[in-house]
Amino acid sequence: MAKIVAITGNEAVANALRQVNPDVCAAYPITPQTDMMQRFSSFVSDGEVKTELILVESEHSSMSACVGASAAGGRVITATSSQGLALMFEILYIASGTRLPIVMPVVNRALSAPLNIHGDHSDSMGVRDAGWIQLWSENAQEAYDNTIQAFRIAEHMDIRLPIMINLDGFIISHSIERIEYLEDEEVESFVGEFRQLNPLLDIAHPVSYGPLILPDYYMEFRRAQAEVSTKVAQVVLDIAEEYEKISGRRYELFESYRLDDAEIALVILSSAAGTSKDVVDAFREKGIKAGLLKPRLYRPFPYTEIGEALKHLKAVCVLDRADAFGCSFGPVYLDIATSLYPYKEKPVLINKIYGLGGRDYLPEHAELVLNELVELAGSGKVKSYKEYIGVRE
Amino acid sequence: MAKAVTLKELSKKEVLLAPGHRLCAGCGAPIVVKMVLLASDYPVVASNSTGCLEVSSCISDYTAWKIPWIHNAFENAAATLSGVETMYRALKKQGKIDKEIKFIAFGGDGGTYDIGLQSLSGAMERGHNMLYICYDNGAYMNTGIQRSSATPFGADTTTRPAGSVVPGKTEQRKNLTKIMAAHNIPYAAQASPSHWADLVRKVKKALEIPGPKFMNILAPCNRGWRSRTDDAILLSRLAVETCYWPLYEIENGVTKITFKPKEKKPVTDFIKAQGRFKHLFKPENEGIIKIFQDEIDREWEKLKKEEACFAS
Ligand SMILES: Cc1ncc(C[n+]2csc(CCOP(=O)(O)OP(=O)(O)O)c2C)c(N)n1
Ligand code: SF4
Repeated sequence: MAKIVAITGNEAVANALRQVNPDVCAAYPITPQTDMMQRFSSFVSDGEVKTELILVESEHSSMSACVGASAAGGRVITATSSQGLALMFEILYIASGTRLPIVMPVVNRALSAPLNIHGDHSDSMGVRDAGWIQLWSENAQEAYDNTIQAFRIAEHMDIRLPIMINLDGFIISHSIERIEYLEDEEVESFVGEFRQLNPLLDIAHPVSYGPLILPDYYMEFRRAQAEVSTKVAQVVLDIAEEYEKISGRRYELFESYRLDDAEIALVILSSAAGTSKDVVDAFREKGIKAGLLKPRLYRPFPYTEIGEALKHLKAVCVLDRADAFGCSFGPVYLDIATSLYPYKEKPVLINKIYGLGGRDYLPEHAELVLNELVELAGSGKVKSYKEYIGVRE
Repeated sequence: MAKAVTLKELSKKEVLLAPGHRLCAGCGAPIVVKMVLLASDYPVVASNSTGCLEVSSCISDYTAWKIPWIHNAFENAAATLSGVETMYRALKKQGKIDKEIKFIAFGGDGGTYDIGLQSLSGAMERGHNMLYICYDNGAYMNTGIQRSSATPFGADTTTRPAGSVVPGKTEQRKNLTKIMAAHNIPYAAQASPSHWADLVRKVKKALEIPGPKFMNILAPCNRGWRSRTDDAILLSRLAVETCYWPLYEIENGVTKITFKPKEKKPVTDFIKAQGRFKHLFKPENEGIIKIFQDEIDREWEKLKKEEACFAS
């Protein structure tokens, strides 16, 4: 039985974490995540969860403690944003290389310098290849649903990898939306009991975590880690199917919005996808065959599936809420380009950078881009492969 | 509480760091680890920072650790163990574990005095029930003998080599044991493998005390100290007898010196057998030995006064 509430994204995710009731949580404040862990801490203070909190002195220690706690054998969470995620960088690789199913909501925010506390995707994009699974959310409902599914995905016996649930800073974390909560018991039985794998606390069967691996084996370890990634997509789909049964909400690797018969399309992550869908609808009403693709499982990236979904289009624009310096393209653009590369016939592909540091992304922006795509689909002539939108030149 | 142990008793216990580790012959670190683990009457779970001890004790398929052991990174042995210890408390509370387990972190001086100080300080402040042990060999040995803030004054290291203008390390050591005691933890101590009974007693005592404990243990490194391979125990004894490495403990704020040399030896007794101080014996560097000696004297006097404060 769903319960309908008006709630912020941070509160929704904190509530999902309460319902999952993990064993250990490490927390360190950073805007716009702070309020999520505060809420979770009050569940601890009020005895609503069995969780032991570790109020660490930095995010580096937060992720370090998560590695220790997870290796010890139990369900472990933390959350962060921006500089906090950047400070964790070193240990993110250790968490994934050690195959520890740590669950971490990341409330996406810009990186310094200049210092900016508002939303963009630079933080999670900066660690996209650290071996963590990444799920992205369009709104508070998706952030809540992704959080609950994340535990099942990370802890799946074929995978055992850490997972990030991404939600846009402020736009999702601090805005109040209508969302449907599952009942506590539904979540409890959905996530089930934590299953241990070689726990450090099993004194009778001592294990060593974190060995030194010399050149004779290192590549085999890394290759094995890559092999595990190939299993993630199917697990994500299976768990989404199970989740649909209890929630009625359907999730896939990505969302295809009016894409099947489309000629032009936008590819865009998280909250801006919502705004864009309205504009796509408006274009459809004008008789223009527009569509949209919103990645959900961003790492490991489902190249084949996304390539298949986009290959029939005439023109596509990938909108990135993170830049890549050194004259490169936005990270999502690079992935989409890679997914389309194997096809002989493929759409013209352009890239727009938008919304950095919390800059508004407006329906007008989507409109401008779609108009450009209409032109491109006709002429095939690209003026510029990468542009910034909504920026004062 | 901790009672005196005999060698005979210890010799009957299983050595929990197996032979076949790849630390250098004559290295002080494994001696320290073996003594510490022998001292425990409880099952121990250990964490280890990156450094000589770690890279040499668990390579690929082989591990020298007969106890559960985790290496995470260089600066986070304390933070990692605080996670392990917290999970232990969580599972114990839930009735999923019933054994009494002790938690010990091992870090080199680089991973403890320098890069890991924040994580150590954080873990101590949070009050995790763990014993942090720094095996202090006075430099970043694993990366090839670079100076750390534990490197003794005047020592020649690869990043502060003794040259014609710079006479080795120009700063005094950081007093980490005191810094840890200033966290108001219930127990902080210094020990040396030369004084094994004292070391074992301190570890036993620390493990009985709930909450965060810290021990700083001297661990000679013949590669870095440029000393003879089999001199680890001799040199650690001289370190204690010259009061370069005083043996003491601070229990609930009360300082107690646990070994007072009958006759305090000059620091030259400790440093002359080590190649890293060779340059100090050149006539132009006489002043440096004097500064070194003066600092030791001052610290020793201070320690004795501290102890006297609490004498009833
Ligand atoms: C973040 C980081 N910086 C630097 C290093 C390189 N590094 C590995 S071990 C080490 C020195 C370890 O010195 P210490 O802690 O004193 O232990 P020892 O080698 O003396 O046993 C250094 C600098 C590292 N692993 N990680
Ligand atoms: S270099 Fe020194 S500390 Fe490292 S293993 Fe060799 S003797 Fe031990």
